[in-house]
Amino acid sequence: MSPHLPALPVVVPLLSALLITILGWSNRRLPFPIALVALTAGLLSALGLMKDVLARGVIGYNMGGWDPPWGIAYRVDHLNALVLVVVMAAALIGLIATRDRVKAEFEDRIVPFYTLFVLFVTGLSGILLTGDAFNLYVLLEIASLTGYALIGLGEGRAPLAGLNYILMGTIGASFYLLGVGYLYLMTGTLNMVDLAARLPGLYDSHVVALAFFICLTGLFVKMAFFPVHVWLPNAYSNASSAAGILIAPLTTKVMIYVMIRITLTVFTPDYAFDVLDIGDAVVWLSVIAIVMGSVFALAQNRLKRILSYIVVAEVGYMVGGFWLGNRAGITGSILHIVNDAAMTLCVFLAAGALLTRVPGDRLIHLQGLFRKMPVSMAALVVGGLSIIGAPPTCGFFSKWYLISGGIDAGHYGFVAALLFSSLVNVALFFRVFEIAYYEPFGADHGHDPRAHGASGREDAPAAMLAPLVVVAVLLVALGLYSGDLVSAIIQHAIPARII
Amino acid sequence: MESIVSLKPLAAVLVSILVVPLIIRSGNRPNLREGWTFAAAGIKFLIVASMVPAVLGGAKLELTIAQVLPGAAIAFRVDAFGLLFALVSSSLWIVTSAYSIGYMRGLDEHSQTRYFCFFALSLSATIGAAFSANLLTLYLFYEMLSFATYPLVTHHQDMEARSSGRKYLFYIVGSSIGLALPAMVYIYTVSGTLDFAAQGVMPASVPPAVLTALVLMLLFGFAKAGVMPFHSWLPAAMVAPTPVSALLHAVAVVKVGAFCVFRVLTGVMGADLLTGAGLGTLVCYIAAFTIIVSSLIALSQDGLKRRLAFSTIGQLSYIVLGAALLTPDGLTGGMLHIAMHAFGKITLFFCAGAIFVATGVKNISDMTGIGKRMPITMTAFFIGSLSVIGLPPCGGFISKWFLVMGTLEARQYAMLVVILTSSLLNAAYFLPIVYRAFFCTEEESKFDNRMGEAPLWCLVPLKLTAFISIILFLYPKPFLDLARLAVVQILGGP
Repeated sequence: MSPHLPALPVVVPLLSALLITILGWSNRRLPFPIALVALTAGLLSALGLMKDVLARGVIGYNMGGWDPPWGIAYRVDHLNALVLVVVMAAALIGLIATRDRVKAEFEDRIVPFYTLFVLFVTGLSGILLTGDAFNLYVLLEIASLTGYALIGLGEGRAPLAGLNYILMGTIGASFYLLGVGYLYLMTGTLNMVDLAARLPGLYDSHVVALAFFICLTGLFVKMAFFPVHVWLPNAYSNASSAAGILIAPLTTKVMIYVMIRITLTVFTPDYAFDVLDIGDAVVWLSVIAIVMGSVFALAQNRLKRILSYIVVAEVGYMVGGFWLGNRAGITGSILHIVNDAAMTLCVFLAAGALLTRVPGDRLIHLQGLFRKMPVSMAALVVGGLSIIGAPPTCGFFSKWYLISGGIDAGHYGFVAALLFSSLVNVALFFRVFEIAYYEPFGADHGHDPRAHGASGREDAPAAMLAPLVVVAVLLVALGLYSGDLVSAIIQHAIPARII
Repeated sequence: MESIVSLKPLAAVLVSILVVPLIIRSGNRPNLREGWTFAAAGIKFLIVASMVPAVLGGAKLELTIAQVLPGAAIAFRVDAFGLLFALVSSSLWIVTSAYSIGYMRGLDEHSQTRYFCFFALSLSATIGAAFSANLLTLYLFYEMLSFATYPLVTHHQDMEARSSGRKYLFYIVGSSIGLALPAMVYIYTVSGTLDFAAQGVMPASVPPAVLTALVLMLLFGFAKAGVMPFHSWLPAAMVAPTPVSALLHAVAVVKVGAFCVFRVLTGVMGADLLTGAGLGTLVCYIAAFTIIVSSLIALSQDGLKRRLAFSTIGQLSYIVLGAALLTPDGLTGGMLHIAMHAFGKITLFFCAGAIFVATGVKNISDMTGIGKRMPITMTAFFIGSLSVIGLPPCGGFISKWFLVMGTLEARQYAMLVVILTSSLLNAAYFLPIVYRAFFCTEEESKFDNRMGEAPLWCLVPLKLTAFISIILFLYPKPFLDLARLAVVQILGGP
């Protein structure tokens, strides 16, 4: 391997942002291929990192050759290598699938759009790879600022939703920064491994506890954990469909990762689960998040809003599963990061595909779509079944671990919330399917065979359908391979002391 | 017991999934399209039948698809019980495919391509359930079947179909996610496996109250078994085209439910454990309640398909009862009833559909004198009735005989009374239909004397299944051998 492999997922997209800005002004066709090459390289290097981690364990890398604590150390282990592969793959698939949409929606702003998007990916992969708590904040801001802009670029109410997102997001990031500041005051370091070494002596300190709570609160805002989720539904449903497809699968999942990283690596499980003993309380918060997310989803009449509230409920799944504090729960939480990224990508992509042919995403617009757009709808069905949690799609298996974590911990409220949300998801998706399945009838009661020929078929363009089908197949493949995923990677991402 | 790794179970499941693209591609050439269905049905039946000699020889055919959870894979294992069920379902698919052609074309139904696609998918799920090696795989195919039958139930796409579809999902998917799934995860956390094993996998340490809760959650969670009060989706599902009611809601879907209950009681919980905890008796009484109450409701139904549906609810609980008796004869009776009831009840549904195609009549009160118009159909209806009532010379007699023996063996004399009472009730709701069809005055008759049967594609299948119902009385050997062997495998004898 190249010794600089850990830097590539950050550096390549960053450089491509420069290239896109410079070359894009002269030739409008260049931004997409440049981004494509950059993200492909990013995915390949992520896969390479995964392979190295599997072969040799944790990889350390010092940016620019500077040793910590002066320089910034990158640290790659099973957890962030896995999430990095997911992020890169989702970003790449999203990029390919949205090519036509971006052209249509942002015809005169292609250059800024792609620049922002590759910077967004730069930020996310930096967050994942860095081993420095302050550097994480910087990259968080890169990802967030580009995210605000991508969402605000859309039409109609998108700028307002983007503004809302900026306000909430800034508060969240500031909280995180404040927490990190306290930690620096107490320990004199920002390196995560150093922090973890120095903190045990300070477990009694109220300042450390405060730092932890403040960080956690900031992250809750960033990941849209109920009740500080209010920015998300507007941002995701009012954004242009291209921006929604690119951002929705990634942001919340990376923030969940940060929560897990800060808790497990910086503060250590001893502190979080035993000294502070807040696990039970957070799981109850996540129960509320799951239930309320599901209930709010039921009240929506637009497809993308329904999907956005489902994301809010899913955030509750992952937070709750992690704070159960046992192996099954944390396994479920990490597996769900992978699965939920794929599922969210699938359903948002399917919604985007539908929107190429219907005037809006109000449910009433979806009538008769099974006949008109069978492939897009089939993908939406697969995504829906996965979110419902029907085997063999991947959603079933992470839910399985989460439920079994709940039973292990004796936390039946969490189990009940998961089942409730699954049932609500059945109702949500089958309401959509039902509308798409029934069509406005003539007096012939649908018995006229000519009216039902293949002539009415008008699916989304192939350039969008192909990635969509890939993602739908991926949902099943991830399900079938979830056993390997857990035993080969996720088990090693969880500290051995957690049983 | 010898285990053979074999691709046959996978092939049997896949063949009707793989045919779906072919069916879609030939959507505008109906004859070719139905040719694909027949090809798949024929191949599926041959694959299933080819496993009979090995299984009767005592072997189990196994295949692991994916190790998805530690201790629980997606895997197939063909044992005698699963093969018995697969034989019934796959053979009846061939017959039903022929009947579908007669029925769907006879009524000039819309969306026939979609209909045949989801029919094929449903059969894949059914066979997958039959060959499941563990509860996880069984649950997978159970859910697949729920979703694959939804478009068939709502085929007519009118308001009635819509509300029936919602009811169908609410009961079937709601109970499986709300009850069966958590019970299954709980069993997995305490026992570390979900495999079906002789005498079950439950550790002895599980307290009786939890055990009771698990049994009830799984009994009601697999709501396709139609145990009351989780039954009312089945009469609602009668809104589907009749071939769907015939094969899926008299054979495949509902019996997957009963099959699941059977597996849970015998393979997960274990006969000795349940007998020791007195839970067999509890399930017996729940089944007995369902048997009697559904038969009483059936008496008052005027819609022929609705009456058949309530009859099915009662007959399914016979299977559950057989499993809950937990004695060799009871188990044999329960398993045989899967086969015997299937051939009898599918005949009755075929007849109901044939009557609808030929005359447009749905209600029993409008069928007075129909015997003169459709003598063949009504004769077949008579034979089907006899089989479901459990009278010779029909197959239903054999399974009821074993169930009766099972109640004596288990000393559940109350259950004996239930079975006999129910048989009387069955006779009371079936035989008047036949009687009124043939014996009535000219004035009472709602039909003229002109003979007018349904199209041949409808008629031949119902003749065939009626004929097989009689054959099964005279020659029950294949199913009986499989059931007897299955009992040995379930109880884990020496």
